[in-house]
Amino acid sequence: MPHVANIAVSILFDGLAYAMFLFITSVGLSVTMGLMNFVNLAHGAFAMAGGYIVVTLTRTLGIDFVPSLIIASVLVGIISIPFERGLYRRLYKATDLEQVLLTIGLAFMAIATFTYFYGPIPKSVPLPTWLQGDINLGFRAFPSYRAFLIVLGVILIVVLWYVFERTNIGAKIRAAVDNRRMAESVGINVDRLFTLTFAVGSGLAALGGGLAIQLFGLTPYFAVLYLVLFLIVVAVGGLGSLKGTLLAALVLGVFDTAGKYLFADAGGFFIYAVTVVVLLIKPAGFYGRE
Amino acid sequence: MTAALQVESLNRNFGALHVTRDVNLTLERGARRALIGPNGAGKTTLINLITGVLSPSSGRVLLNGDDITATSQAFRARRGLARTFQINQLFRGLTVLENIVMTIGERDGENNNLWRPAGAKRSVIDEALDHLQSLRLVDDALRLVRELPYGRQRLVEIAIALAQKPRVLLLDEPAAGVPSSESHLILDVVAGLDPDIAVLIIEHDMDVVFRFAKEITVLVQGAVFTQGTPDEIMANAEVRAVYLGEDGHAAAQKAGQRGGQHG
Amino acid sequence: MAVSNTMTAPAKPAASREEAASFLIKRHRFRAAEALPWLIAIAVYFIFPDRMTFGSQVLVMIMFALSLDLILGYAGIVTLGHAAFFGIGAYTVGLGAAKLGWTEPVSGLFAAAIVAGLVGFMTGWFLLRYRGLTLLMLTLATAIMLQEAGNLRSDLSGGYDGLPGLTFDPLFGKFDYDLYGHTYYIYALVALAVVFYVVRRIVYSPFGAALTGIRENVRRMHAIGSPVHGRLVMVYTIAAAIAGIAGALFTQTNAYVTLTVFDFDNSAKVMVMLILGGTGRLYGAFLGAAVYMILEDHLSKLSPTFWQFGIGLLLVLAVLFARRGLMGLIEDAAKFVAKRRQS
Repeated sequence: MPHVANIAVSILFDGLAYAMFLFITSVGLSVTMGLMNFVNLAHGAFAMAGGYIVVTLTRTLGIDFVPSLIIASVLVGIISIPFERGLYRRLYKATDLEQVLLTIGLAFMAIATFTYFYGPIPKSVPLPTWLQGDINLGFRAFPSYRAFLIVLGVILIVVLWYVFERTNIGAKIRAAVDNRRMAESVGINVDRLFTLTFAVGSGLAALGGGLAIQLFGLTPYFAVLYLVLFLIVVAVGGLGSLKGTLLAALVLGVFDTAGKYLFADAGGFFIYAVTVVVLLIKPAGFYGRE
Repeated sequence: MTAALQVESLNRNFGALHVTRDVNLTLERGARRALIGPNGAGKTTLINLITGVLSPSSGRVLLNGDDITATSQAFRARRGLARTFQINQLFRGLTVLENIVMTIGERDGENNNLWRPAGAKRSVIDEALDHLQSLRLVDDALRLVRELPYGRQRLVEIAIALAQKPRVLLLDEPAAGVPSSESHLILDVVAGLDPDIAVLIIEHDMDVVFRFAKEITVLVQGAVFTQGTPDEIMANAEVRAVYLGEDGHAAAQKAGQRGGQHG
Repeated sequence: MAVSNTMTAPAKPAASREEAASFLIKRHRFRAAEALPWLIAIAVYFIFPDRMTFGSQVLVMIMFALSLDLILGYAGIVTLGHAAFFGIGAYTVGLGAAKLGWTEPVSGLFAAAIVAGLVGFMTGWFLLRYRGLTLLMLTLATAIMLQEAGNLRSDLSGGYDGLPGLTFDPLFGKFDYDLYGHTYYIYALVALAVVFYVVRRIVYSPFGAALTGIRENVRRMHAIGSPVHGRLVMVYTIAAAIAGIAGALFTQTNAYVTLTVFDFDNSAKVMVMLILGGTGRLYGAFLGAAVYMILEDHLSKLSPTFWQFGIGLLLVLAVLFARRGLMGLIEDAAKFVAKRRQS
């Protein structure tokens, strides 16, 4: 392949894989923030928890990578329910500041807890052979893991889209995001809806956390390091929007990858510059309301 | 003579929803006009368009002859346009006195001062206390607004609007939510307003409307259905049918019996 | 008529007027209790002469927290990038000393205030049109971009290793710096006193009242003609300038500055200090910063992990049960005591 085209393909591919990671981890945050108007800075901690559970499952219990991902997601999803019911619920009417501070506090507690149990050294996971190395698509070879990430992402997008647009539950969620009071008055149990979306969102975050280990390594600071990214994706995409989160993940993922490929040192800039530009023009993000 | 407030062909759409249709309205100096209409007629929307909370899809708003259509809320307020909200918008964590002092401070540009202690200008405090006195709120001057009963909070809402020394005053259901034992306080204030101020009042209570209004505008589905004096409106069979209904008619008759024009 | 049942309900309307007026007139006067933090700060100089370097850091943090309180506590604006202004001030003095030979300390403070204030003005003018998550992300992104820019030119900024070994002239040409940081402590204390006096005057001014109005009910402020955006940009600029002075002091007292001053951690830390102490209460910054720094100094030495857990827990508890921070608890206690005395 000619050199420039080769680089372009690499950027697109890696960017797409990165975007899938961003989407999977952030979509839960977007829907829950759009639904309950709640700033949840502990979302990264749920992702991190998922990652560490995968580490324990694979390394200590010898379970395979993919089943570990599933178990970790379900586990974190379930664990998140008492948090929502017992803690978050009390602050839905609170100010932005209070929500920010409470969830930052939770994130700090999470970081400390995981440092205590796992130590600060980055962790990795053993991958099954079919996820190692490259996969040859004829014109070029691509890293198998990232290809897997992209395929998984696409599957999840299709599933989520179907649930959102074609099922009863999805319709209820969309209605509640659009106008909560109206939704309540037509008999939708918004409280229960929220617990459900929160659990699924946290589970997806955990999945993202587990997937991230191979990409970035896992340390207890994952919770805040990547939190900024998730918040950016959510803000740029627009709260409560599946389409928005996907578009934002794609734009930011590809831009960030391109930036780092082409302008090694200045690369980190792009993602923030794009964020500022988008938010100045569309403060509610691509598909946000008002 | 230039009208205090003039609304010309005002329209507002929300997508396909046409909430304000070609509204024309004039308030002369000293006007006492009531804006009535069924729920959802767009009365508060009209007030929001006049005050600048919303911008119109087309049409103009003129204040004392000046086109203010493209200006901000704050700009219009500084030019003498004051309003009360249907649901109180007060500084609940501050005392009643501070609410009024704040208003005067904005009006006179005092609040641009970063250095002088807020209590140093005696004239501002005295003026605020005068306003409170005229509304019989002095006893509550040092109470936090959120500790007051709703009726008295509503009085503070009006006090703020009056402290702006407005030339045009828009009252959005001033007696709404006030227990009937206290509503006479509000009505006394409305009845005793400075005769120079042009007043537009949104009201549902026909008692209030016929006591207070010299002119009435009837708004239905965003458009002006008809305008006229209370007598004309009372006599208008269509209005009676659309809006007043049985109860309204009785109130209108009673008001008519109390005699003549009201101011 | 509704019965008025408060302690401020007097017999005659005339008396009530005077009472009400004098409440406002006397509000800004210094109370005896306000001398306390300053007396403590001076006492520390004599009681802990070997902890002066630490003491200076506490004073720097108090100033930083004070600057944030103006925006957060009084105007009610939540941002996540306040460390940016701290960093700008820190680097104005650092680069000035390292590259331009500008080693006079007091003028360095002024320079830092001006540069940080300018950046605050420019960013604030654009960003303060937004609120909520949008504003949080915009301010966060701006701070990170500044940090990244510094990293890009690490030849200038020293990157994360920082600009080491900065030296500054003796104060006013006379007071030289001793190993134990005594001079620096007094220097920082005086700077804090001056800044505090300015902040206090602003808070008790009509402008300060307007900020509270914006926080309490911005809709009402618009409706009474307040130029809300202009007011916010003004307070943001002032807060940025003060944060800049705090950063400059940081560099001067440490003789060292690195890009970590821009960290999100710093922005979060100062917010934690404020909520611990109590927002919108001037002295909340004093209490919160002092308590936080002292706790951190003791506990993080024992175990950084436990410290982090503890701070997280403290935050959660504060939001749930002590929303108005330590100052709020003190005020509640004082009210309780006053009530007991009455009965």
